[in-house]
Amino acid sequence: MTDQKKQSRDTINLTINDVVQEFEIGDHFYQVKPYDTLAETLRETLGLMGTKVGCNQGACGSCTVLMDGIPVLACMTLTVECDGKQIATIEGLQDQTTGKLDEIQQAFIDHTAFQCGFCTPGIIVASRALLNRNPSPTEAEIKEALSGHYCRCISHYHVVEALLTVAGKSRK
Amino acid sequence: MKFQKEYRYIGKATPRKDAVGIVTGKAKYIEDVELPRMLHGKVLRSPYPHALIKHIDTAGAEKSRGVKAVLTHKNVPPWMTGTPRHVRVLDEKVRYVGDAVALVAAETEEMARDGLALIEVAYEQLPAVYDVEDAIKSDAPQLYDAFPRNLLPLDAPIFGPNTLSAIELGDVEQGFQDSDFISEGTFSYENIPNPLPIESPGVIAEWSEPNHLTIWSATQCASWHRYMMLSKMGFPDIRTIGTQCGGSFGSKNYSAQPMLYAAALAKVTGRPVRVCFSKEEHFGAFVLRLGSRFKGKVGLKKDGSVKAISGEWLVDTGAFSDQAQAQVAVGLGEAQLMLRCLNWDLKTKLVCTNRCASGIVRGFGGQELESALLPIFMHAMEQGDIDPTEFFKKNYVKPGEGYYWRDGNWWVSKGKDYSEALENGARAFGWAEKWKGWLKPTAVKNAKRVGVGVSVHGNADVGEDVSEAYVRLNPDATATIHACVAESGMGQRSNLCKMVAETLQISLDRVSITPPDSLINPFDFGLVGSRGTYAVGSAVISAADDAKEKLFKMAAPILKTAPDDLDSEDGIVFVKGEPDMGVPWRKAMGMMQTCTGFGRFEPDYSLPNFLALFVEVEVDTETGKLDLLRVVTATDVGQIIDPPSLEGQLYGSLGAAGMDTAIFEESLLDKNSGHMLNLNMMDYKWRSFTELPRFDNKILETSHQTHRYRAVGVGEVSTSPGPSAVLMAASNAVGKRLDGYPLTPDRILQALGKINPVGNKEIEK
Repeated sequence: MTDQKKQSRDTINLTINDVVQEFEIGDHFYQVKPYDTLAETLRETLGLMGTKVGCNQGACGSCTVLMDGIPVLACMTLTVECDGKQIATIEGLQDQTTGKLDEIQQAFIDHTAFQCGFCTPGIIVASRALLNRNPSPTEAEIKEALSGHYCRCISHYHVVEALLTVAGKSRK
Repeated sequence: MKFQKEYRYIGKATPRKDAVGIVTGKAKYIEDVELPRMLHGKVLRSPYPHALIKHIDTAGAEKSRGVKAVLTHKNVPPWMTGTPRHVRVLDEKVRYVGDAVALVAAETEEMARDGLALIEVAYEQLPAVYDVEDAIKSDAPQLYDAFPRNLLPLDAPIFGPNTLSAIELGDVEQGFQDSDFISEGTFSYENIPNPLPIESPGVIAEWSEPNHLTIWSATQCASWHRYMMLSKMGFPDIRTIGTQCGGSFGSKNYSAQPMLYAAALAKVTGRPVRVCFSKEEHFGAFVLRLGSRFKGKVGLKKDGSVKAISGEWLVDTGAFSDQAQAQVAVGLGEAQLMLRCLNWDLKTKLVCTNRCASGIVRGFGGQELESALLPIFMHAMEQGDIDPTEFFKKNYVKPGEGYYWRDGNWWVSKGKDYSEALENGARAFGWAEKWKGWLKPTAVKNAKRVGVGVSVHGNADVGEDVSEAYVRLNPDATATIHACVAESGMGQRSNLCKMVAETLQISLDRVSITPPDSLINPFDFGLVGSRGTYAVGSAVISAADDAKEKLFKMAAPILKTAPDDLDSEDGIVFVKGEPDMGVPWRKAMGMMQTCTGFGRFEPDYSLPNFLALFVEVEVDTETGKLDLLRVVTATDVGQIIDPPSLEGQLYGSLGAAGMDTAIFEESLLDKNSGHMLNLNMMDYKWRSFTELPRFDNKILETSHQTHRYRAVGVGEVSTSPGPSAVLMAASNAVGKRLDGYPLTPDRILQALGKINPVGNKEIEK
C-alpha cells in the first residue's frame, strides 16, 4: 500500500449521542464494512445494545434511532450513509451527567407502558421525535407516529396513556 | 364477599422492578449477551418439504474462513427430540421446507453464513402431505417409519399413565335422542398462526466439562431447558439461565431446536456458541400453533343445556411436536370446563404433516379445540334461537361439579361461580341492546354491517405443577427471593417481590429476586398456563413465612418472649402490640448470618378460572374488510396484584396468535411447493397502533381459595375465547355463517358470493 493510498483511506464521522465517532471503511474486523447496517455498528462495534433488532426486515420499528432528529430504521440504514449525521439512540436520552431519565422514559415506568420491553427503546425514541416536533400531540397523532412499531404483548393502550400524560392531556 | 383488607403493595400499581433497565435499553436480551470467544451458529435449511439427503459435501465449508465446525446427520450428537422421542437433531431425511440439514459454527455470523453457502447437498425428493385427513390415508406419504399413516401416539406419559386423550362419558346416542337441536359438521382452526414474539428465539450454549452444559436462553421458563431437555440429550448436567425475554406467548418456554444446535456446535468446538434464529427462520422453522379440525356432532336442549358431544378432533403437529399430547390433554379438559355435558364421545387423532413443527402457543390446546368446536355449537344455538351469553352462563362448570383434567383424574371444582363476572361483562358491553339474534346485524350503515359475538374460556391451570422457592432475610433488612422465574413480559418477577414485601412488611425496594438460573434456585415449573400468581405466589409466600418464623425464633430470646408473640415491620422485630420495643433484623440474626425459609407449592387442579370475551365488529360488505370496534373482557381474579400487569395480560388477547387469528393472522402454506409465503413482518399481518379497538376489562375481585392474597392468574385464558367470538360477531354482521379462519376480505367476499374462489385455488390455508 502506498503512503498516498493510506492517507486517502475512507473514513466517515458520525455524531452518536453527542460524541463524534470516526470509522474507517473496509473489510477488516476493526473496520466498518460498506454493507454494515447502522444497527450492527451501534450494537456490535459500539456496544450500544439498547437499539434492538426485532425483524431485521425493516418492518417492526424496534431498531428505531434518530438521524438528525428524524426516526429511521437502523436495520435498513447503512452506516456508510450516515457520514456527518447526528444519531441519537435510547442510551442518549437519559441525562448523561445527572442520570435523570427523559420524561418519556419516566412516564413509561409510571404507566408500566411495556410488557416484554423489547420494542420499548424504539417506541420511546420515536416518541421523543414526535414530542420534539409536536409537544402536545393528540391521541390520533400519537398512534399515527407509532404505527410502524410492532408490540406483540399489546402494551399500546398503556403507551398511549403514558404519552398523553407527557403531552399534558388526559385521555377522553 | 369482597376481600376488604387494605394492602401496602398488593393491588396497587408499582413500577416494574426491571423498568429502568427496559426504558434505558440496558436490559440484556439474548442478543445482548456476549461471552469471550463465542462462536455463531447458523443452520442450512431444506428447500424441499420432504426429501432424502443422498449426498452431502461439507469440505468447502470446513475450509471457509472463520468456520470452526460443520455438522450434518453423519456427525451430529445422537440426541432426540419430539414426543415420543423420534426426531434427530439432524437427519438423513428432511420433513418440511426449512428443516435443518447442516449446522455451521464460525467466528462471526457472516462467516457462518458464508460457510453454509459452500455446503453441497443432493436430495431425492419425496411426495409430501399437508392435510390431516390426507395424511392418515393408507397411501399417504409417511414422515416417520415408526408412525404408519402419520399417526402419533397419544399415550405419551407427559402427565402420567392416564394422560387425557379422549372424553368418553355417559351415552351419546341417548344424549342425541334427548336433544332438541343437533348440529353436525366439520370446522377447522388451521391457519397455523405464529405467536411471533418480537425477539426471535435464541440460545447460547457452553460446555465447561464433558458433561456440564450451560445454556443462556431467551425464555419464559428457564427450568424447562434443563428438565425437558435432560432426557433428550442423554442426561448431561444442564444449567440454564434465562435472559430478559422479548416475548414468548408459550413459544419460548424452551427453545429446543436452537438449544440443540448451539449445544451440538459448542460440544465439537469447545467454545460457547450462540444460535439466534433470523425472523425468517422464526416464521418458517421454529414452532407454530397446532392445526385443529373438529368433525362431529353436538346436541342441545331448548333451554341451552348440552346433551351430547361426539366426534373426532384431528390435531396437526406439522413435522413434529414436543408438547402436542400435553396440549391435547389440557384442551380436552378445558372443553369440559366450558361445556358441561353428561354424554361425551370425543376422540383425538394426532397427525404429523410436512410443514414446520408445532410448539407451545398461548391457549395450549384449549384455544385450538374451542375455536373449531364452538362454531358447531353456534349452529345448534342458532336453530334454537338461544342467546349465547345464556348458553355460556348455563354450561360452564360450577362449584361442586366435576371434570376430567389432563392427568385423566376426575376433579371437582372448589372454585368460584363466575355468573356475576359474566353478567358484569355483558352489562358493560351492552349485550342486551346489541344482540339482535343469530345472523342478525346489530346495525347496518350502508355497506357496513355491525355484529356482536361472545365466547367464554375456562382452565384449571392456575394451580398446575410444582413451585419451590427460598426467601432469604438479610441482616440489612432486605430480602432475596430465590425462585427460577423468568421475565418475558408478565411482570411476574415484580409481582412475586410485591407478595414477599407484603408478607414481610418491608418496603418493596428492599426485596429482590435472583436471576432465573437453575443452578442457584430450587425447582419451578415456570410461568406457564396462568400459574404464576397462585402456584409460584404460594411458594414464595410460604418461603417468606418460613423465613419469618425462623427469624422470630432467633429474636425470641433477645426479646424475652415466645416466637409466636412476635411480629416484624420494616426490618424491626417486636412483641405484638409493642412496636416501639423492637430489635432490628441485624440484631435478631447477627450481622454475619442470613435466615432462609423454604416454600413449596403442590399442584391443585380444582380451581377453574373463566374469562368471557365480548366483541363488536364492523364488516364492510363491499371490500370484505373486518374492523374490530369494541372488546370487553370479563373475569374474576380474586385480588388484583398489579393493575397494569393484569391489564397487559388481558389486552394481550389481541396479539400472540389470539383474537387476530380470526381476522388476519395466518401462515400461508403453498401446498404445491410446501413453502410458506409470508415469512416476514410485512406479509404476515399484525395489528398496529392505528387499529386499536375500544377495549375494556371488567374485573371482579371476590376472593378465591388460593393463598393469602386470594388471587388467581388469567394469562392463559385471555386469548382463547377470541377467535370464536369474532367468528360469531362477523357471521351475525353479514347474516351468514362464516366457515373458516381468518376472516380476511377474500374469505368474507367469497361467503357473500361477491368473488369467485378460483383465483385462490393454488393457495390453501
